[in-house]
Amino acid sequence: MANDLLRLEDVSVRLGGREILKDVSFSIRRGEFTGLIGPNGAGKTTLLRVILGLQPVTSGEVLLDGAPRPHRDSSIGYVPQKLAIEPDMPLRVRDVVSLGLDGQKFGIRMPSRARRELVSDMLTAAGAQGYADARVGELSGGEQQRVMIAHALISRPKLLLLDEPLANLDISSEQGIVSVLARLARAEHVAVLLSAHDMNPLMPVMDRIVYVAAGRVAVGDADVVVQPEVLSRLYGRHVDVIRVHGRILVVAAPEGIDATEAAAEDIGVAG
Amino acid sequence: MRYIFEPGFFTSAPVHVALAVGTVIAITSAVVGVFTVIRGQSFAGHSLADIATTGGSGAFLVGVNQFWGFLAFGAGAAAFMEMIGVQRRRGRDVATGVVLGAALGLAALFLYLATQSSSTTGASFTILFGSIFVITTSTVPALIASALLALATVVVLARVLLLSSLSSDIAAARGVPVRAVGAAFLMALAVSVALSAVIIGAVLSTALLIGPAATALRLARSPVRAVVTAAVLGVLAVWIGIVLAYDSFYWPPAGRGWPVSFFVVTLVVVGYLLSLLRPRPPTATQDNHDPEHACSPA
Repeated sequence: MANDLLRLEDVSVRLGGREILKDVSFSIRRGEFTGLIGPNGAGKTTLLRVILGLQPVTSGEVLLDGAPRPHRDSSIGYVPQKLAIEPDMPLRVRDVVSLGLDGQKFGIRMPSRARRELVSDMLTAAGAQGYADARVGELSGGEQQRVMIAHALISRPKLLLLDEPLANLDISSEQGIVSVLARLARAEHVAVLLSAHDMNPLMPVMDRIVYVAAGRVAVGDADVVVQPEVLSRLYGRHVDVIRVHGRILVVAAPEGIDATEAAAEDIGVAG
Repeated sequence: MRYIFEPGFFTSAPVHVALAVGTVIAITSAVVGVFTVIRGQSFAGHSLADIATTGGSGAFLVGVNQFWGFLAFGAGAAAFMEMIGVQRRRGRDVATGVVLGAALGLAALFLYLATQSSSTTGASFTILFGSIFVITTSTVPALIASALLALATVVVLARVLLLSSLSSDIAAARGVPVRAVGAAFLMALAVSVALSAVIIGAVLSTALLIGPAATALRLARSPVRAVVTAAVLGVLAVWIGIVLAYDSFYWPPAGRGWPVSFFVVTLVVVGYLLSLLRPRPPTATQDNHDPEHACSPA
């Protein structure tokens, strides 16, 4: 489709004899917010690394704007899962965001007013202006996420990848990050692909869902994908989808219980 | 002034050489040192120093200026470390237990043989603890050139080194050749270890490399300020060290000057200890900016 920004075609990744991803195909449209949802170890991080060009594929193709992904690319922004930054690292928040503009370049550059303003505006947009002069290693997890989002967005990428940005955050930081992301993505028309093991915080902003389990994906609107039949097929065993107070719980049946037995139990519980 | 600078300080040729070379090397070590600490490679620096000791003593045995020994063995070791992956923990264990032990053992043998054949008793001391007052004038251009090369490497790599230390995945995704950059930096580190070994000796060279940098990282917030602070601290330690070492010649018992390396290393340590006294500048953080009420129902 002409509107597709990114397309994965039959991507498989085998690492040490183990199939991490099996024939994964999906596309991401411009400006769309996509949740990459799945349990831990399902292959979410590998999938993001494939898109970034950090993980070679065993077979298949990654197309960006209809062409194979170029080696050097600043049209994809990336927020990795967790940063291990020591508190004595001499990088202020504004230095980190500034590195987002041209940190991959050799040589030094002179400071300029235009650049300083660009960094300040980005920090304000990400809600991180209050700690612009703090060292990044001294920040809390949620604050660091905002800074890294600003770092990734300042070069105006077309696509922003985030690996579990909500892990280990408290509920209010979680909501803060999600709303900042949704607002910036809409304002800058950036497509977002965000991985998470819990889809609930993303429900208000997610346009589409890419559900990963056992190295395979199911793609579409959340209502269509998050169904017991779809997910059971994906997991290869019976899965229940429970909706409580507008939240969704996905619960896999223990190994050895087949679909019919579990369904019978469900009826028993419901009755 | 007379009490600070003993007679002849400003007219002594060795002092001039020592001050000029010492300044350039102090700046190089401090700047390279900041990136060494940021990258968590202080251990690599220390390993390079141990192996440089072997090179220095080998060079002395065969009658070559020890700087070339420091440099050749340091650079060779850097290449080897890159190969075995000294950054990985297993690589470190192998390096510490096997390679460094062997290197210092060889150094002991070379120094023993050298002192047997040539009765120069100062050789071991010069190699292990430095000799800034007896720098051969003919090596000065090589020392300065090496220093500028190491400095230029770090300046060219500064931004990518910072980005890689933030996240090597981000750097790699943006097209930075992370492995090659790491190898180039390790070479710059080997060169500055060799240079610093000339001033304060191979065994102590890491002190001039890591000490001012570690102190600067406690005091400065931004990369530029950290580098400038480290350079100023390194230069001060070397200058004051040279003055005190010169003066110590006149201290009782007169006629026996104390080693420069002792003063430089002591000043570096004192500087670091003083930086510990300074409380961390307050930061506008600790979750003040995320909305509160984390426990309220969502």
